[in-house]
Amino acid sequence: MSTPVLEVRNLTKHFPVKSGIFKRSTAAVQAVTDVSFAVGAGETLAIVGESGCGKSTTGRALLRLLEPDSGEVVLDGEDVIALSPSRLQGARRHMQMVFQDPFGSLNPRMTVRETLMEPILLHRVASGPAADKMVSELLKTVGLNDYHAERYPHEFSGGQRQRICIARALATRPRLIVCDEPVSALDVSVQAQIVNLLQDLQKQFGMAYVFISHDLAVVRHIAKRVAVMYLGRIVEEAPAEEIFATPRHPYTRALIEAAPKPVPGAAEGREMVMGDAPSALRPPSGCAFHPRCPLAQDICKRERPELRAMPSASGTAAAACHFAETVAAMPAESTRPTPEILARRLAVLAEARAAQAAAG
Amino acid sequence: MTDPTDAPLLEVRDLQVHFDTEGGTFRAVDGVSFSVRRGATLGIVGESGCGKSVTSLGVMRLIPRPPGRYAGGEVLFEGKDILKLSENEMRKLRGGRMGMIFQEPMTSLNPVYTIGDQIIESLRAHGWKDKAKARARAIEMLDLVRLPSPETRVDDFPHQLSGGQRQRVMIALALANDPELLIADEPTTALDVTIQAQILELMRDLRERTGSAIVLITHDLGVVAETCDDVVVMYAGKVVEKAPVADLFASAQHPYTLGLMAAVPRLDARTDRLETIPGSVPPPYLQLPGCRFAGRCPLATDHCRSAPPPLKEIGPGRAVACWRAPIEEAAA
Repeated sequence: MSTPVLEVRNLTKHFPVKSGIFKRSTAAVQAVTDVSFAVGAGETLAIVGESGCGKSTTGRALLRLLEPDSGEVVLDGEDVIALSPSRLQGARRHMQMVFQDPFGSLNPRMTVRETLMEPILLHRVASGPAADKMVSELLKTVGLNDYHAERYPHEFSGGQRQRICIARALATRPRLIVCDEPVSALDVSVQAQIVNLLQDLQKQFGMAYVFISHDLAVVRHIAKRVAVMYLGRIVEEAPAEEIFATPRHPYTRALIEAAPKPVPGAAEGREMVMGDAPSALRPPSGCAFHPRCPLAQDICKRERPELRAMPSASGTAAAACHFAETVAAMPAESTRPTPEILARRLAVLAEARAAQAAAG
Repeated sequence: MTDPTDAPLLEVRDLQVHFDTEGGTFRAVDGVSFSVRRGATLGIVGESGCGKSVTSLGVMRLIPRPPGRYAGGEVLFEGKDILKLSENEMRKLRGGRMGMIFQEPMTSLNPVYTIGDQIIESLRAHGWKDKAKARARAIEMLDLVRLPSPETRVDDFPHQLSGGQRQRVMIALALANDPELLIADEPTTALDVTIQAQILELMRDLRERTGSAIVLITHDLGVVAETCDDVVVMYAGKVVEKAPVADLFASAQHPYTLGLMAAVPRLDARTDRLETIPGSVPPPYLQLPGCRFAGRCPLATDHCRSAPPPLKEIGPGRAVACWRAPIEEAAA
């Protein structure tokens, strides 16, 4: 990777739990601990994990929507965490966010034009007729039309609203967009449209994405690198192809196994992780995953495994497991060929679709 | 597996559920038919607005009336049309021989009662007179769904449980009276994948142990492949395809089913670009003369746009509603 657009070093965010009449801090939810990663221009890093693993807190801390306790977030050579409030305002132009809920993240009283105009004027990207022109270009870029500009959010479907949110994020020509579960609330056919749009825009404008998701299949499709989080820490980070082909952490393996696959009978005889994730208020001793891990030994209860570099065919990889070599050597999920007749029908349909698109 | 010649436990025939709104009559369920055998799981798949949830509510007779109404059809439970039952008889059936699980375990459980009290209430409403025995049964059910330490957790309130645990409680509640039919509407959609895998495994296990039939409503083709025996694909209030699960994933016929399959990114292989289904579901008040999918189908002809395709049998347990099927022959 050339000089990364975003470099995160040892990011930590703990939320104090206050109790008693003096509201003394008695404990802390260890939401994010010692998280480091880097993303290059035009690249996508996905952060995956289950509810409560700290992936959304990480996303918010990157933009300082939450003040992290410690760590550095370096965007284009500038430490965002160290910026004064007024400088931060300027820096926000270069980092934008798209949220999961396109219903909650648009102001219902603002028309699409007002929504898109706000960041353009606020960050002095353009003004007057140039700003109007920009709104119309943004709408076109995300697949909407000029006549949509005077409408209110409630007049749009979920997929269209997500397009508006993406247009708003693009308005300031950012270097980085943090996408927090941007397609989770959408139907599959619409999800595919938004995923394709995000990929097209990245090709066109070269932003870096931090893509936060719980859906491994979407992540495999969109990400170049993947970081897996568990109870506030990164437990594995590797190129996307490798993380799915040869997971090095038992938790990554468990996530891949557990994801439902559109293949009848795939669930038979699958080894399953039992129980719920423990509370981030009282993480287990040693390796946080040990109470649910099928490979756990005594050492896992005593010593927390550090995130250490692992051999990687392309780029760099790291895993935090005492037995990462054993896990990496375990047989992986095989690629299942699409049944012949189904493949033929899918091809017929894709061809017809392409012909239709070409005909306009 | 029971003999397929057995009479089905549930048979839905030409069900019509309409909603009268200011904008006109909204045909949420427009002539839907399917049947479920004992010991089998039927999946109903489709995207938002396809009518899958209204179908499940229709089967339980939980359609709010007005604005909803049954405009036709029959729902035969063991051969008896439940649309003709009195509200009292229906209440005995629901939570008794017909159990249900909803998507939102937090809003479906009462926050001010313990989970034990809620299971006991359901048991007592369906003939368990002895309170101590009902409590013992509640603990047994919580153990069955593998809630840790059920003897003490039985006195917990819903907020003390995690999402996965609450969904287990919902299942325990639904199964307490040994239902013959379980209707589960997106039972794992709000859950994490590791928890989802555990809940789906639990449902497969319970079906084998109790022999009850399950109707599973979901938008997730992966969940369908792993859990169901038969599948019904719905689009805009109509059944567009019906097939045994292995057949559907080996050789789906309808362009909508195929479109859904192509739109889902895969975990075991990388694709360059996801296929999409352009456009959106037609508004339900719009009375289209032809196939409801024609507007989004690249193979649609004038015939498709003018005449509705019938759901045609194409094999044992298989049917498709498409004028162009099988599409590879029409294209050749």
